[in-house]
Amino acid sequence: MGEFIAERWDLIAFNALQHANLVLQAVLVATVVAIAVAVVVDRFRALEPVANTVSAIGLTIPSFALVGLLLPLTMIGALTAFLCVAFYAALPVLRNAVVGFAQVDETLIESARGVGMSELGVLLRVRLPLAWPVIHAGVRTSVQMSMGVAAIAAYVLGPGLGGYIFTGLTQAGGTNAINYAVVGTVGIVVVALLADLLMLLLGRLTISKGIRA
Amino acid sequence: MSETAPTDGTNGVSGAELRLEDVVKKYPGQKTPAVESLSLTIPAGEIVAFVGPSGCGKTTSLKMINRLIEPTSGTIRIDGQDVREDSATSLRRKIGYVIQGGSLFPHMSVASNVAVVPKMLGWDKQRIADRSDELLDLVGLDPDRYRDRYPRELSGGQQQRVGVARGLAADPPVILMDEPFGAVDPITRQRLQDELISIQRELRKTIVCVTHDIDEAIKLGDRILILQEGARIAQYDTPEAILAAPASDFVADFVGSGSTLKQLSLTRVRALELSQPTTATVGEDTGPVVRRAEAAGDDAVVVLDDRDRPVAWPWLRQVRSNDRVRSSPRENLVTLDEAATLNDALDTMLTAAHSKVIVTGDRDRYLGVIDFEAVTEHMRKTEREAAEREAAEGGSTDG
Repeated sequence: MGEFIAERWDLIAFNALQHANLVLQAVLVATVVAIAVAVVVDRFRALEPVANTVSAIGLTIPSFALVGLLLPLTMIGALTAFLCVAFYAALPVLRNAVVGFAQVDETLIESARGVGMSELGVLLRVRLPLAWPVIHAGVRTSVQMSMGVAAIAAYVLGPGLGGYIFTGLTQAGGTNAINYAVVGTVGIVVVALLADLLMLLLGRLTISKGIRA
Repeated sequence: MSETAPTDGTNGVSGAELRLEDVVKKYPGQKTPAVESLSLTIPAGEIVAFVGPSGCGKTTSLKMINRLIEPTSGTIRIDGQDVREDSATSLRRKIGYVIQGGSLFPHMSVASNVAVVPKMLGWDKQRIADRSDELLDLVGLDPDRYRDRYPRELSGGQQQRVGVARGLAADPPVILMDEPFGAVDPITRQRLQDELISIQRELRKTIVCVTHDIDEAIKLGDRILILQEGARIAQYDTPEAILAAPASDFVADFVGSGSTLKQLSLTRVRALELSQPTTATVGEDTGPVVRRAEAAGDDAVVVLDDRDRPVAWPWLRQVRSNDRVRSSPRENLVTLDEAATLNDALDTMLTAAHSKVIVTGDRDRYLGVIDFEAVTEHMRKTEREAAEREAAEGGSTDG
């Protein structure tokens, strides 16, 4: 096992970085989109059940199935992997952003308007910072979940550590089959733990001391 | 004040005249309008209290002034200018807005909360920092201690003070207050009212204050607007006139009968003569202080800080036990503003150790001490005068 890793260390490290990179980009785009959708939902409250249903049903679609559905549209490669990861990543962020915006005290919003903030100002300086702890928790969940989804997305030759797992599966019974599967799995867990640590740090830096739990 | 708005040259008034002309607010789907037709002139530099039972339209009327609620018809003018000429956001930046509990932004520090409007107006950093320190000082919070704190680290009264500072930040000529002191305990409320009166003496803004508490209205208001359902004016006059001659049964019921006790809330502490006991400055040698106090026959000494603000009120024996006069945190000492009512004074004395209370003026500067006898003497005098008046009128009214 040690020898197996030592021989391939450079490649494993590269794939781990690729894995993290895919997740990072997908979550980033997903977060922006999800917050934008949540702002619209917050404006038209009737959309709230729709948004909640979408995020609930979306999460029940097996990621393998989504990869299959996307394949004819976006072909084999990184783009399909990215779209697949981003789709799942957006769901927890959307759910939390809707809840987070709804929790912002109406009187604070009125007082923000009362002192002369524009609607955009109210969003950027009051709503978003106050909803941020909840949204941030959603992003954190999303990062964790996306680590697993990215592994599946490797089926369409997406980047990352998922490739090792599939190699392990196709070579089942072979000499290195277990090694591949273990490297893929443990690698993803390690990357996920590091990413969570970074998310924790991000929370420390971006959540105002005045509202931190 | 380094940020005083251009004044009109008379008595340092920095407020602007506020005029409501046939203002109507009708909500769709409601039979009766929330505000039927309100016409009103509020002179520059005065505090007008809007009072009335809940649902009478007082808050709606207030919010139409800064267009948080748009009137259905009618015109509102500030210094003759229609409020609709400007965009709603730029209008609101020129009108201070203070609401119950302060409604501070919990994710912003005290200083950032105060600086919200100046920042939107594009002031430079140094000016904003100086201004928020100045305002914190004005509302009685030590800037060094409080500027970097967050709202949740403050008491209700302190939050409300920051709320007032935020309303004053850009030195607006008009300030709207919606139940400003509704969320604090009675003692803090009284103190905050005193402070507002003291601040207003200095700034002379035009302040509209919505309250459901007639005592607060009597205390704060240069004039009181009593509203009935549909924001119909039941009476609009000075507190004295309203107490002396209620315009209708509705007003009479609302203010309560004009008893001597009610009159207590009309008389300000400054109307009475203050006694001047021995004072000492923080850090002074106690020897001479004790001798001065003994010569004057005082059993306690008022300790002042370098800005002439009272900080402690130790008994003589406590002073004797130290070499130098000591200070203690200013917040712990209960004082009254000279504009406090006799009602407040009695209230405070009943709970104080000295059965006397220290009276302060602008920026908490020491003025003197008022004692129980002075208040009761004044009460007896008022009662005697009232009785004489009633005898002269032949007792024809039943109150």
